[in-house]
Amino acid sequence: MSEIIKIVIDGKEIEATKGQTILQAAVNNGIYIPTLCAFDGIKPKASCRLCTVKVNGRAMTACTTPATEGMEIENNTAGINEIRKAIIEAIFVEGNHFCPSCEKSGNCELQALGYRFMMMVPRFPYSFPQRPIDATNPKLLLDTNRCILCLRCVRGLKDENGKSLFAIKHRGVHAEIVMDHEVCANISDEMAQKAMNTCPVGVIIKKEKGFDEAIGTRKFDKQPIGHEIENKFNQGGN
Amino acid sequence: MSKKITIEPVTRVEGHGKVTIKFDDAGNVEQSRLHIVEFRGFERFVQGRPYWEAPVLVQRLCGICPVSHHLAAAKALDVIVGAGTGNGLTPTGEKMRRLMHYGQFFQSHVLHFFHLVSPDLLFGVDGDPAIRNVIGVAMKHKDLAVMGVMMRKFGQEIIAATAGKKIHGTGAIPGGINKHLSIAERDSFLLGADPLNIDKMIEWAQAALDFLKDYQKKNTDFIDNFSKYDSNYLSLVRKDGALDLYHGVLRAVDANGKKVLNDVDYQEYDKYISEEVRSWSYMKFPYIIDQGKEKGWYRVGPLARLNTADFIPTPLAQKEFEIYKAYTNGKPNNMCMHNHWARLIECLHAAEMIKVLLNDPDLLSGELVTKGTKTNRGVGLIEAPRGTLFHHYEINENDQITKANLIVSTTNNNEPMNRSVNNVAKSYMNGKDTITEGMMNAVEVAIRAYDPCLSCATHALGKMPLEVTLLDANDNLIDRKRS
Repeated sequence: MSEIIKIVIDGKEIEATKGQTILQAAVNNGIYIPTLCAFDGIKPKASCRLCTVKVNGRAMTACTTPATEGMEIENNTAGINEIRKAIIEAIFVEGNHFCPSCEKSGNCELQALGYRFMMMVPRFPYSFPQRPIDATNPKLLLDTNRCILCLRCVRGLKDENGKSLFAIKHRGVHAEIVMDHEVCANISDEMAQKAMNTCPVGVIIKKEKGFDEAIGTRKFDKQPIGHEIENKFNQGGN
Repeated sequence: MSKKITIEPVTRVEGHGKVTIKFDDAGNVEQSRLHIVEFRGFERFVQGRPYWEAPVLVQRLCGICPVSHHLAAAKALDVIVGAGTGNGLTPTGEKMRRLMHYGQFFQSHVLHFFHLVSPDLLFGVDGDPAIRNVIGVAMKHKDLAVMGVMMRKFGQEIIAATAGKKIHGTGAIPGGINKHLSIAERDSFLLGADPLNIDKMIEWAQAALDFLKDYQKKNTDFIDNFSKYDSNYLSLVRKDGALDLYHGVLRAVDANGKKVLNDVDYQEYDKYISEEVRSWSYMKFPYIIDQGKEKGWYRVGPLARLNTADFIPTPLAQKEFEIYKAYTNGKPNNMCMHNHWARLIECLHAAEMIKVLLNDPDLLSGELVTKGTKTNRGVGLIEAPRGTLFHHYEINENDQITKANLIVSTTNNNEPMNRSVNNVAKSYMNGKDTITEGMMNAVEVAIRAYDPCLSCATHALGKMPLEVTLLDANDNLIDRKRS
């Protein structure tokens, strides 16, 4: 039987199972820690740093740090949220994120985080990088202008033989997501849609889906991001 | 001494513009021009983008009539996705788009009449500029101001219910629409508390029109003779000749009412219409190819539409159309200020059409989208509030846009607006020692009659002012007035 431990997040004592990360423990207890590169079913990578919390006074990523007995964790504090806001702003200026004409608008996690953390104008200068669009696949379009290099696609999207649909090319600031055209040559509509859903922003686009979801019906139109975790224990009128 | 005046920015229009008026040594107007000083470039930066983005991206040209761009682009893409034109869409698809369009027409025409034009009518062309504005109207004519605000609100709510939001929605998609109208939305428009229901809107549209007609009777000389000149007129009309703001065939008539273009399928618009570039303006000068650059220019917008159409297919607007046509004995109306009269008849028609559509069950259910065999070229035309709007796209085998050509309503009216500026400058300023603010406003009144959207017309960036500068014959600045 798994061992139950106790940790404290923002002064509230919660139970966790030994071996869980801080993020998993928080989610299970209805506590929202913002994430971008973390995705259910994919081994965490801690590349976006958005889930940064303070553990016993030290900054750690909640998605990769195991919860241990008696941990004192700061999460939803003004100081940490300001760091998170700065990270979101840095991600925005690093690419070309034009929400007004992006079909992921309303379903985009980066946009939703911008709203949640009340980003107005980024504090950093825009870098306006020149990035390519790969539209040569019949089912998928890759617009790397919007890429945040979370690598969810590289880590999480494999064909039936375990081959990745996407890969990373170059290093450092030149790093770029590319499509494996051989693997993606005959992908199904379902896989194309899964690929689009895996991307937290608007890089991987299922062709011709366009704006078929009306405003008001999209994922973040009615509730801010994180709401589903925070309201986990508030269902049924509690 | 010869001199040159610049009016910059032109006010109470959408976008940035300036007017220069050059005088000879005798103090007579030698040359006048409306310059569009903005530059945008949407035609270029839509290239390489996936085609389905166009209706959402290109509508950002404008915050006043984005719906027109949204729908014109969607209509062009209907052709590209194989849904064809006109009745190629499902009944729900076409009717939801029409409802969006009439909502847009209603709010835009109301905005123009109440917010931009009424100050000139209520306070006079040379009235005190301190009150000759929308705030002055609100202070001195509260009932009228409230009507304007509430009518605009109603139109905007129609847009939100069909496009998803009031400005820059996403409703129209290639081959159709992405939502139905809910019963609650429909009922709020049909049965909403006064004044926000369609019956009140029709009543107020009629009242605004009656106000204008009464004003015309009392100020006949001004309304009839202010910048009056012959031209060609162009618009879409329904196949049977009815006024149709959403879809139809191209028709152009000359000053005598003779059809110089008729029954033209707009997919082939570039066989009939071309554009000339002149060095002093970012806005092109379109013309009918057969007639040549000199004679082929034409007017679009409300005045033009009521000159090309044979009838209006709603009863109240048709009755008003008959009165309007009788005023010129059925001949094309060449009176610039009658644009306002025609605009308010269209406003009434839009309200009547909204009521017809709200009672149509196709809005509440039915297939939203239709698709067929894809092609690589599509043209979409629509009658925007300011006139005929052309969107033309071509795509490659990867679904990326390779070419976009937009001929915007105000661009079609480029030559006419320049003619009007010239007429008014000559009649108000020739031989005058002092150029007053009122004289300069008269020039703006002429431009305003076309309800131009300078931002759209040039695809340009920037704010919205008009400036007049006074230069001598050597182009030295004598005076500059900004509004």
